[in-house]
Amino acid sequence: MNEKQGFKFFAVFLNMTWFALFVLAPGLMVVGISFLTRDISTFFAWPLTLDHYRELVDPVYAKVLKNSLVYSFNTTLLCLGIGYPFAWFLSRAPGHRRPLLLMMVIIPFWTSSLIRTYALVILMKANGIINTVLLAAGLVSEPVSMLYTDAAVYVGLVYSLLPFMILPLYAVLEKMDIRLMEAARDLGAGSFQVFIHVVLPLSLPGVMAGCIMVFLPAMGLFYIPDLLGGAKTMLVGNFIKNQFLTAGNWPFGSAASVFLLLLMVVMLGIYFFISTRFNRSQES
Amino acid sequence: MKRWIGISWVSTVFAFLYGPLLVLMVFSFNQARYTSEWQGFSLTWYASLLENQYLLDAFVNSLTVAFVSSLAATAMGTLGAFAIAWYRFAGKKLFFGLVYSVMMSPDIVMGISLLMLFVTAGIHPGFFTLLVAHITFCLPFVIVLVHARIAGFDPAVVDAARDLGAREHEVFLKIVFPMILPAVLAGWLLSFTLSLDDVIISFFVTGPGFEILPLKIYSMVKLGVTPEVNALCTILFVLTLAAVLVAHFLIKEKKK
Repeated sequence: MNEKQGFKFFAVFLNMTWFALFVLAPGLMVVGISFLTRDISTFFAWPLTLDHYRELVDPVYAKVLKNSLVYSFNTTLLCLGIGYPFAWFLSRAPGHRRPLLLMMVIIPFWTSSLIRTYALVILMKANGIINTVLLAAGLVSEPVSMLYTDAAVYVGLVYSLLPFMILPLYAVLEKMDIRLMEAARDLGAGSFQVFIHVVLPLSLPGVMAGCIMVFLPAMGLFYIPDLLGGAKTMLVGNFIKNQFLTAGNWPFGSAASVFLLLLMVVMLGIYFFISTRFNRSQES
Repeated sequence: MKRWIGISWVSTVFAFLYGPLLVLMVFSFNQARYTSEWQGFSLTWYASLLENQYLLDAFVNSLTVAFVSSLAATAMGTLGAFAIAWYRFAGKKLFFGLVYSVMMSPDIVMGISLLMLFVTAGIHPGFFTLLVAHITFCLPFVIVLVHARIAGFDPAVVDAARDLGAREHEVFLKIVFPMILPAVLAGWLLSFTLSLDDVIISFFVTGPGFEILPLKIYSMVKLGVTPEVNALCTILFVLTLAAVLVAHFLIKEKKK
């Protein structure tokens, strides 16, 4: 074996082994254990069963899944509604300002979502800053309860996930050829028509990517309802956490995780379907 | 008119993104303990952090895990990026698939899957399990970043070096490595911040004997807000901010 082959073997082998051991194997364990029976001492045991999946669609638990899907869906819509115009304006900002503005989106993208959630807590709590300001200004006579409401959970989710929507949108909008819009306008299209027939279709891959990057994590961010929503609002993430750490029911928690993985596969499938069709239509 | 709508929309969203963080940072210097009224500038809470041995231990643990895991992920991920860019090998598609599935799959699924792996294998949760988990979720980011850089340069440069008689390790150390260095450093810094900030995955793979800062903050906030947490969060935020800024600068440099 010469030097080059040695390097290749080392690079490939090391990475493949790591991913096989710590991504593939645990991933397969999740799927496998979701079909096994719960056991108090060994966590899981034979025989194979579909009980956990049956339980998931049982009204009690189906409600958790449904609630979580609703939270994710609304969060995605809110992020899209706020993020799309934002990304658009950003992509049309003067060229010399854009790097700084983009940087300002990237900073919250990378900084701890827990710290940012905590910042919301100190703003919204009963003797928090918003209430202190409102009381001092005489706008309210007693503190408004903001924390531990649905609205607070939504604010938290949007606050944490908005950058994940903006960045992919910005990436497609910035690359968009402005001449296409001018052409549409010259041919008599109004602003709304230009948006519907030119801008929106061209930005579709970015919209899809942004929606996936908001929708999926929104199912799992258990600490947001924990810190902002009290116990009554539950995401699939909270449910899985409880199954593993409180109930000790690995197979049931795994089944719920498989649900999340399936959701991911479906969403990525749609994304690739749309983006390959998109690329093909771009080429022709 | 249209311009003003744009400017106000962008400023409002930035105010939303940065307002709470700014308030948090300003109030970490507030004298008051129980109220949210401003009672004067003070470093009391930073001083009391320094006396809190539990928090200091957690902080040192977090830094250790972040440092070691980001270094390991960077080394391995750089090799992985080369594997993808330069070589054909069996299972390359699967490898690609795994890289992207780690980036896309919800953190909680990764957390519980590693928890089950470690428990079943009889490995006690603690420093080692955290390290493995953090390396695993940082790896794909390094691979993607460095791969983009490798794909971006002219392969003829490498051929030229070989033709001129450079040996394989010389090609790597003298030609390739300097070219990919910015991406490697950026990958390292971003891995460091990812590791330092992670809550969900760490939540499942650490044990009671090994506390790390984000989880400590999480449990402190659940028990009630104290001014020390403000100070702690401010420090952590400034630390990640610095790493992200440098990383961003390095990634931008590569495009020139």
